[in-house]
Amino acid sequence: MISTILIIGGGQAGAQAIDTLRREGFGGRLVLIGDEPDLPYQRPPLSKKYLSGEMPADRLVFRHRSFYDEHRIELKLGRRAVRLDAAARQVELADGEKLTYDRLLLCLGAESRRLTCPGAALPGVHYLRALADVAPIQAGFKPQARVVVIGGGYIGLETAATCRKMGCEVTVLEMADRVMNRVVAPRVSQYFADEHRAHGVTIICDTRVDCLEGRERVEHVVCADGTRHAADLVIVGVGAVATTELARAAGLTCDNGIVVDEYCRTSDAAIYAAGDCTNHPSLRFGRRVRLESVDNAFEQAKTAALNILDKPVAHDRVPWFWSDQFDSKLLIVGLSQDHDRQVLRGDPASRSFSVCYLKGRELLAVEAVNHSKDYMAARKLIAERALMHLDKLADSELALKEAI
Amino acid sequence: MPKVTFTGPGGDRREIDAPIGITLMEAARQNGVPGVVAQCGGACVCATCHVYIHPSWLARLEPREEMEEGTLENAWEPRDHSRLSCQIQVTAELDGLEVTVPDHQQED
Repeated sequence: MISTILIIGGGQAGAQAIDTLRREGFGGRLVLIGDEPDLPYQRPPLSKKYLSGEMPADRLVFRHRSFYDEHRIELKLGRRAVRLDAAARQVELADGEKLTYDRLLLCLGAESRRLTCPGAALPGVHYLRALADVAPIQAGFKPQARVVVIGGGYIGLETAATCRKMGCEVTVLEMADRVMNRVVAPRVSQYFADEHRAHGVTIICDTRVDCLEGRERVEHVVCADGTRHAADLVIVGVGAVATTELARAAGLTCDNGIVVDEYCRTSDAAIYAAGDCTNHPSLRFGRRVRLESVDNAFEQAKTAALNILDKPVAHDRVPWFWSDQFDSKLLIVGLSQDHDRQVLRGDPASRSFSVCYLKGRELLAVEAVNHSKDYMAARKLIAERALMHLDKLADSELALKEAI
Repeated sequence: MPKVTFTGPGGDRREIDAPIGITLMEAARQNGVPGVVAQCGGACVCATCHVYIHPSWLARLEPREEMEEGTLENAWEPRDHSRLSCQIQVTAELDGLEVTVPDHQQED
């Protein structure tokens, strides 16, 4: 008999798990522990409309407080879980409170990878992950403020675009030979680099940050080739690592994330995990993955909740991601790693195109720029392991779903 | 404050307050209206906040933009009066709006 379920982590996964558990009829004690003080909120706007001030904080929250009251959710927000005793089925909070559980769901998320070079701890060096990270960045928004963004991935480029819109002079420093090199095709990197440059952002690739310099606060970013970039504000977006410390210390199997099976079960029978913190099997792609993705957090949380309630269902999703930069929307579905062929659909100059990845004729992934039709069609085609007709695929006049 | 009535798949009706300036999806989500999943949170990329607008109200809304058209195409059972609720800004004129939540969303 399950009478108490604890959820640690109040992000996308934690918020969704609550929803599913109550909707599926769990009537027992349900506790949400989160180290941030805010009601659970969505993170994607933090680098975009929330950073620009277009979207106020009350629009970020998933649910009003009354929803949690109505559904008898005990919220322990601004409270950090510091110890997990899996044998005693007990969680200890930083203030000493101890909570016992019948089932525990870990939705610990991921944290920004930190810069370790000299000067990395100077005031004026920022990361962007949580609501509380935003105000200190906004405080530096002054016309012509010089912003140096370290890292040309999603977070770096989204933040660069927003800072530019706010009137800052923005430089992006990227270690690889092109932006977003780990996640998109060269043609897509090129499109977004051109977009940024057209809006006045300076993008410098093939450069390695050596150190940050400044007296009271950061003043320069110094690269290995000796180049110095004056900076009033530095924003670091060099990736994220799964938050696993609590799980690891409790003896749960971790390996680039908390290791779970397709039912979101960890190596302890009473403990489940969901979202960015997990290393989980992708049934569609036949290998283990760790994803930083809203959809994955949402769907794994649903899966975990159902399995906790003894309703066996496997997590079987085609991953998808998106990014908004200036007026362009990048939509990615699937995992491209095993492809042996790329097919371009449409002309990038038209500002709407997509890149399809195939293995033989099997569609593995699609990166669509301002092309929601290709993207939405690809979600179904990839899930169905559709075999594409290569000549039809290259004809962008033909709908993607017809190119089989 | 404008009031909007959501009719659920089971026929249950629920009237909620929809503050001016937020989206119809946000009003539904904050109030926990069942069936408005809104996975992407308003980025117009997931088609899980799909609703049917009462035909008498359709003409009073701003028309769909291209991105919404493309996303809606793969929503669960789209119809002529389908909209993504994240693309509808609440205005004073929408007081009394009637919408129906589909039986499923794209993800179900």
